[in-house]
Amino acid sequence: MNTLVEERKQEWEGETQGLAHMLKPGELDLSHGVILYLEDISVSFDGFKALNKLNLAINTGELRCIIGPNGAGKTTMMDVITGKTRPDSGTAFFGQTLDLTRMSEPQIAHAGIGRKFQKPTVFEQLSAFENLELAMKTDKGVWASLLARLSREQGDKIAATLERIRLDKEADRPAGLLSHGQKQWLEIGMLLMQEPRLLLLDEPVAGMTDDETMRTAELFVSLAGQHSLVVVEHDMAFVEALGGKVTVLCEGSVLAEGDLATVQADPRVIEVYLGR
Amino acid sequence: MSSATLSAPAPAGRVPVTLRLASCLERKAWISLGVFLALSLVAVPVLHLLVPPESAFHVSAYAITLIGKIMCYALVAVAMDLIWGYGGILSLGHGLFFALGGYAFGMYLMRGIGRDGSYGSDLPDFMVFLDWKELPWFWLGTDSFGWVALLVLAVPALVAFVFGYFAFRSRIKGVYFSIITQALTYAAMLLFFRNETGFGGNNGFTDFKRILGYDITAPATRVVLFGLTALVLAATLVGSAWLVKSKFGRVLAAIRDAESRVMFIGYNPLGYKLAIWVLSAVLCGIAGALYVPQVGIINPGEMSPANSIEIAIWVAVGGRASLIGPVIGAFTVNLAKSWFTVSFPEYWLFFLGLLFIVVTLYLPQGLVGLWKQLLARKGGTA
Amino acid sequence: MCRSLLTLLFCLWAWCAQAAPPSVLEPALLRQLAAGDSEARIGAIQQLAGSRDPARVGEAAQLLQALEEGSLFAAGERLFLMGESDYRELATGATLAELPEGADGVMVNNRIRGVLANARAALALADPDAAVRRAAARELQTNAAYELEPVLAAALAGEQVEDIRALLVLAHAQANLGNPDAAARLAAVRALEASASPNTRSLLLPLTDPALEADARVREQAARSLKAIESSLALGETLGSVFTGLSLGSILLLAALGLAITYGVMGVINMAHGELLMVGAYSAYLMQSLFRSQFPALEDWYLLAAVPVAFFTAAAVGMLMERTVIRWLYGRTLETLLATWGLSLILIQAARVVFGAQNVEVANPAWMSGGITLLPNLILPWNRVIIIGFALFVLFLVWVLMNRTRLGMFVRAVTQNRAMAGCVGVPTTRIDTLAFGLGAGIAGLGGVALSQIANVGPDMGQGYIVDSFMVVVLGGVGQLAGAVWAALGLGVVTKFLEGWAGAVIAKIAVLVFIIIFIQKRPQGIFALKGRFADQ
Repeated sequence: MNTLVEERKQEWEGETQGLAHMLKPGELDLSHGVILYLEDISVSFDGFKALNKLNLAINTGELRCIIGPNGAGKTTMMDVITGKTRPDSGTAFFGQTLDLTRMSEPQIAHAGIGRKFQKPTVFEQLSAFENLELAMKTDKGVWASLLARLSREQGDKIAATLERIRLDKEADRPAGLLSHGQKQWLEIGMLLMQEPRLLLLDEPVAGMTDDETMRTAELFVSLAGQHSLVVVEHDMAFVEALGGKVTVLCEGSVLAEGDLATVQADPRVIEVYLGR
Repeated sequence: MSSATLSAPAPAGRVPVTLRLASCLERKAWISLGVFLALSLVAVPVLHLLVPPESAFHVSAYAITLIGKIMCYALVAVAMDLIWGYGGILSLGHGLFFALGGYAFGMYLMRGIGRDGSYGSDLPDFMVFLDWKELPWFWLGTDSFGWVALLVLAVPALVAFVFGYFAFRSRIKGVYFSIITQALTYAAMLLFFRNETGFGGNNGFTDFKRILGYDITAPATRVVLFGLTALVLAATLVGSAWLVKSKFGRVLAAIRDAESRVMFIGYNPLGYKLAIWVLSAVLCGIAGALYVPQVGIINPGEMSPANSIEIAIWVAVGGRASLIGPVIGAFTVNLAKSWFTVSFPEYWLFFLGLLFIVVTLYLPQGLVGLWKQLLARKGGTA
Repeated sequence: MCRSLLTLLFCLWAWCAQAAPPSVLEPALLRQLAAGDSEARIGAIQQLAGSRDPARVGEAAQLLQALEEGSLFAAGERLFLMGESDYRELATGATLAELPEGADGVMVNNRIRGVLANARAALALADPDAAVRRAAARELQTNAAYELEPVLAAALAGEQVEDIRALLVLAHAQANLGNPDAAARLAAVRALEASASPNTRSLLLPLTDPALEADARVREQAARSLKAIESSLALGETLGSVFTGLSLGSILLLAALGLAITYGVMGVINMAHGELLMVGAYSAYLMQSLFRSQFPALEDWYLLAAVPVAFFTAAAVGMLMERTVIRWLYGRTLETLLATWGLSLILIQAARVVFGAQNVEVANPAWMSGGITLLPNLILPWNRVIIIGFALFVLFLVWVLMNRTRLGMFVRAVTQNRAMAGCVGVPTTRIDTLAFGLGAGIAGLGGVALSQIANVGPDMGQGYIVDSFMVVVLGGVGQLAGAVWAALGLGVVTKFLEGWAGAVIAKIAVLVFIIIFIQKRPQGIFALKGRFADQ
């Protein structure tokens, strides 16, 4: 029994460890119903502990909100999940098999994690249509791009997404000329085009009107189930509208977890938000 | 504004990329390209070879060499524009790739001198002078045109690939990258200045006699080289237009504007940057190979950092991220240089220095941008 | 006719009356010197060198000096010494207006010249002045022939001053290397163990060769002594490389310190930085010319005046650049790079128009020439020592300015958060100008230092721009400490590589090394980490 385990282990060690499935996103192993595991993740910058033994598990199809005061480590956590920052210690798994700490940003994106940044970053020189086209799930190698031709089916998909994010009238405008809220939506649209299994959304409704905010909440709720979503947000009304489980981060680790009402009643959370 | 991607005639509705690819140049651009080719492939040869020198219509050898030389520079400028204008990567070492192509082809031309050199030896004169008895290994096969043609492409490509792979993999960008490319060409210049390196030291290669058996100074050879350069330039323009309009070009522009975003939607910028970088280097190598037989000399001075940074100003003067801009820029700056160095040699550097400052301060889009602005203003008032 | 003969006789008498007394040197020796072949002449010279009688020493020294200067003439066996306008026959002391027929200069070939230098030094060993004796003993360190052995032995016996004795022991041992007596040679070889000059090494080398040295014990000892000498030589060479490396490093540091402020702290890439060095160097040149024409007595101190002048001139040029060009390009680094390159072209051409395209001469002041001899093969030239000290001084000033003054605090505040600094009332645009002026001024100081060890010409700055950027990049942007380590490290590494592979290869190797280094640590030696590190 033990020797078998050892043999298996050897097979999976070395350079290929954790990468074995990366080019086949379809093989994302969700057999335990959990799409993202973060275990004991620590990251420090020059002595400052941005993340301190963070533990987090996101279920498949779940819509999770992360809240926490400034400097709680929310963005750093996203950086770790998307491969931008390597943790000093701890493990991060996507599904059962994909070790995120060993994959590069594009590999992680291919595996099925999409990210929306705090500050909307769209390609301002390109039109909304082109932005979505670039984000579309397809072969993203150099040769493929050189010879790429847009099929009717792909065109329809882009059109559908444009409609979904209410930018169908702005399709040919350079993205740089869109309003702030529209840019946020365009970025969400780009995320959808990637067809990710897990969406990381960093303050997606910052700068939106109340009306836009509520429509975004509706969109996210409709996405949950097919996709898993992790939303970082300060806007409590928005968090309430999403209605999922809430995790409170503080000083790099999880302070509390539960539905919004429970969390808000937690004295430790109240202290973190009001005590200082 | 990346004018190339935006200035394409906005098609009604959403036209798939395929259709835009087919029209990678506007009709006006195709026509001007045709006129350019007709001039350089038909008019210039006729005016040079058949019209007698006394005639006012005669095109002199000086003019042909000058324009041919500037066309090589224009080719380099287009290559620079691909990497800088579209890729956002400012190289200050493109002179190196130009010189590598030039040196590679120069080796063939040196071998072509045969025993007509001053020492009457099979070896190039500088080797006799150094008391070398046989050709160094890297000169083997350089008497074959095919092999040298391969070298012209492969050497810049290889150097660019190795350097670019390491630089882009470490995500060196912006000014860091510029300074390191400058250091690279500087180091190469020092290396080529050494006699022991085997490329003629300070003097480089010169006194060529033959190319493919033809006399290199014969008017017919000159005209053929001139036409060939024009063809290569035209082909490069068409190819580049196709490239920047392709999805590849748009990914490149996206990398230029927001590199980390591109990574998070699943593109690996390394491959894209490396591809355009190597392509740009190869184009420079070809330009160098066309330059050497026309100008008749190549020496390590071509690798000096000052030369490479001048390439950037050609592009900036003409207008970045437009393909005709670099060509206009290369012609404007180099014609000005020819005029200044004859008429007011001591003022040329003042002029060039001012050009750098004025263009960066007041003409960020170069002459092409200025022209567009003027057109827009005219259109606005009319 | 009769009258004229009389006049001539009178004249002759007059000449004879003022003639010097005949030479105290042996006439045989003089004859040998005048008419002998090289071999005989060498013998005579060595005999002269052995003179110890104070009366003869003076004259022997005069004779040897004349021989060396070519003012000694021979006609047959007669020897004449050229005076200011006449000739003195040494044997008789008679003075002649003209040389007799057939007289010719005494020929000095290379061999004789070598012996001569030796002999003059040996004579000087008898000088009452200790400084003269010390110099002579040092001179004899290079090649004391066996023939001088008795002279050296005598000098050694009579010498009281300790350090001169030590030198004489070595010289005596060297002379004894040619001693036919094996025991004497052995003692000599053993004594030379303590020497540490490259010259002794070449003297000892033949003694390890069985074909040239018959005695086995001498050979053995020679090998042992050689080893000892080589190890102390190696120490000197290593220290020498470290020293020249540090001196190159301090120049790089001066060039890079300004850049560390303008690029590292302000984020402005200034390709005209090298030309600011040039401005500083030309300031030194101008001050030198001014002192030469106005205060010739103080000429040696022009450099002190050049320091503030260079600082303020370069700072003024820098602030002008900032106000007119760079200010409009903040945040657009690639454009700044091109525009400042344009500025550098203009400055170079301006220098050509004003000062000419040729290099100008900037002399070391007298107090900067010479050096400290630490080991026989390790001399630290004063100009380099002073430059290292100057670099450290400037470094200290910059550190104080940046960390201990209000201006420094403002500069750091503006660079960290421009908008916020502006909100709390820091005059950001003025701070930008001042900070840029400071960086430029420091480059000017670097130029003054450079003028002391390198050519001053319009193009001088071009060679330093890549190097100083390398220092800043290597040290980590925005890090003064990083720039210091990078500059000194780069200097030392370059010098070691130069000793090993030549200047060009060293330069290339260093560039390649930096490129590889940046692969591994793109943020430099002192990396900033964190969420914003790559912004």
